[in-house]
Amino acid sequence: MNASVNYVDGNAAGGELSRIFAVDITSAEGQCANCGAKRRFAEAHLYLQCPGLVARCPVCGHVLLRLANIQERVFLDLCGMTRLTFDTTKQSNATS
Amino acid sequence: MTWRTATVVGLHDETPTARTLALVVRDWRGHVAGQHVDVRLMAADGYSAVRSYSIASAPNSDGRIEITVERLPTGEVSPYLTQDVVVGDELELRGPIGGWFVWHSDQTESIQLVAGGSGIVPLMAILRSHSSAGSGAPFRLLYSAREPRVVFYCDELRALSNQGDSVVITYAYTRVTPKDWPRPAGRIDASLIATGTWPSTLRPTSYVCGPTSFVEHATDLLIAAGHDRERIKTERFGATGERK
Amino acid sequence: MAIISRGFSGRRSVADAKLPPGQYLTIDFPVLSAGPTPHISLDRWEFTIDDGSNVLKRWDWKSFRELPSETITTDLHCVTRWSKLGTSWEGVSLDVLLADVKPDLPYAMFRSYGDYTTNLPVKDIINKQAWIAFKYDGADLEPEHGGPARLLVPHLYLWKSAKWVNGMTLMPHDKPGFWENLGYHIYGDPWREQRYSEE
Repeated sequence: MNASVNYVDGNAAGGELSRIFAVDITSAEGQCANCGAKRRFAEAHLYLQCPGLVARCPVCGHVLLRLANIQERVFLDLCGMTRLTFDTTKQSNATS
Repeated sequence: MTWRTATVVGLHDETPTARTLALVVRDWRGHVAGQHVDVRLMAADGYSAVRSYSIASAPNSDGRIEITVERLPTGEVSPYLTQDVVVGDELELRGPIGGWFVWHSDQTESIQLVAGGSGIVPLMAILRSHSSAGSGAPFRLLYSAREPRVVFYCDELRALSNQGDSVVITYAYTRVTPKDWPRPAGRIDASLIATGTWPSTLRPTSYVCGPTSFVEHATDLLIAAGHDRERIKTERFGATGERK
Repeated sequence: MAIISRGFSGRRSVADAKLPPGQYLTIDFPVLSAGPTPHISLDRWEFTIDDGSNVLKRWDWKSFRELPSETITTDLHCVTRWSKLGTSWEGVSLDVLLADVKPDLPYAMFRSYGDYTTNLPVKDIINKQAWIAFKYDGADLEPEHGGPARLLVPHLYLWKSAKWVNGMTLMPHDKPGFWENLGYHIYGDPWREQRYSEE
């Protein structure tokens, strides 16, 4: 396996993040706190092979978001994004 | 989004290593083409594994979906789903998931689908949705596979491309080509994008899916051909094609 | 209520060895990473020890490999529940690297190429408890497993054994590193099943 492509993308975080966000996050536009790049969360480079889930900016690699399931709690760190813009007219996670 | 029970009601081998599972899902409220589900398996001692699989079937109202799973030799879940599961077994499933990599039947713009290997699965849902909705949106598919033997849904794709001019399919093979194939085996490249996909001047929405390195390469080619990044939707399946 | 999947066991082996609580035995060597694998050329590699203000010691690859090294056979326990027994490594003991290092600060933050960090009490990395390892199973450590060199602290969960290690900062107080500040345990003893922070 070529370890330098050992990531998937933000689409794969949709299930986990639906436990916290009422609307789909993959179509939200996020701004990287490090380089300022604005991209859809679906485009984030997602690392799942670790003790949690880590989403990185596809432009500069800075950590956008981290999530860990720890017993009955979910730990979420969003410090790497300065802004997430959601379109609430899109399909709500609550309907599924 | 809660975990629901899904019952296996049908099994169909697409290729020697890929199988479609037909599932009836309790309290399923439908899906949009392009979405995926998370499947959770649990061993008797509580050990569990979760994997994401794209829904292959078109939206419908009968509570039944299909997923196509490719067996990875070092996989933990895919060997179980493609070899051990029998009709009547129950799985836990969460979804449908995803709001970006989706195609709604009210979209009228030209659509370019680009599939690498098992990346064809969500794009097949989009093609099936396009067909069942009677959509006239112009569609093209570029499908890159290792060899003809591992092409999924080949009869159905042939039928789709033969009916009318609404879906044009271009195949590319990376390792072994059919006899007398005009293009030698190899990765997709700029010339294939130029001849096998919609021109960027048409401003299509593109959906690119497959292993991560394929998606990065195909996306770079589309952007180099003049496509707007914001009109290219991507879904990466990881290094080996299995998510997680 | 969760459904048990008939006949599913995953990729695990029967454990007849004594393992820490909640762990299962694996025969392969899973590759876990929170980011892309860095590729560091040996002519750029360095390991530094600092105290937050001053660099106390620095080695490049050549001077690092001239230090005395030893082989270690040990068990690995990952917080994601897999354990791998009897793994063999070659590395330089932290006792060697910390010899003659002052000041006497009680905690260390290890940092890696990329952005990974992990914190450890200094008393847990001295007295033959920790190494900077550069060989695994007799061969040069592969990048996906942390090569050219990684920290190895086998008595704690494997997230403390930072891959692609680049240096350490000695600190007067303990501070959480990458996983610790998300909610993983500040110390991480697998035998007391210290996976998560108690707060």
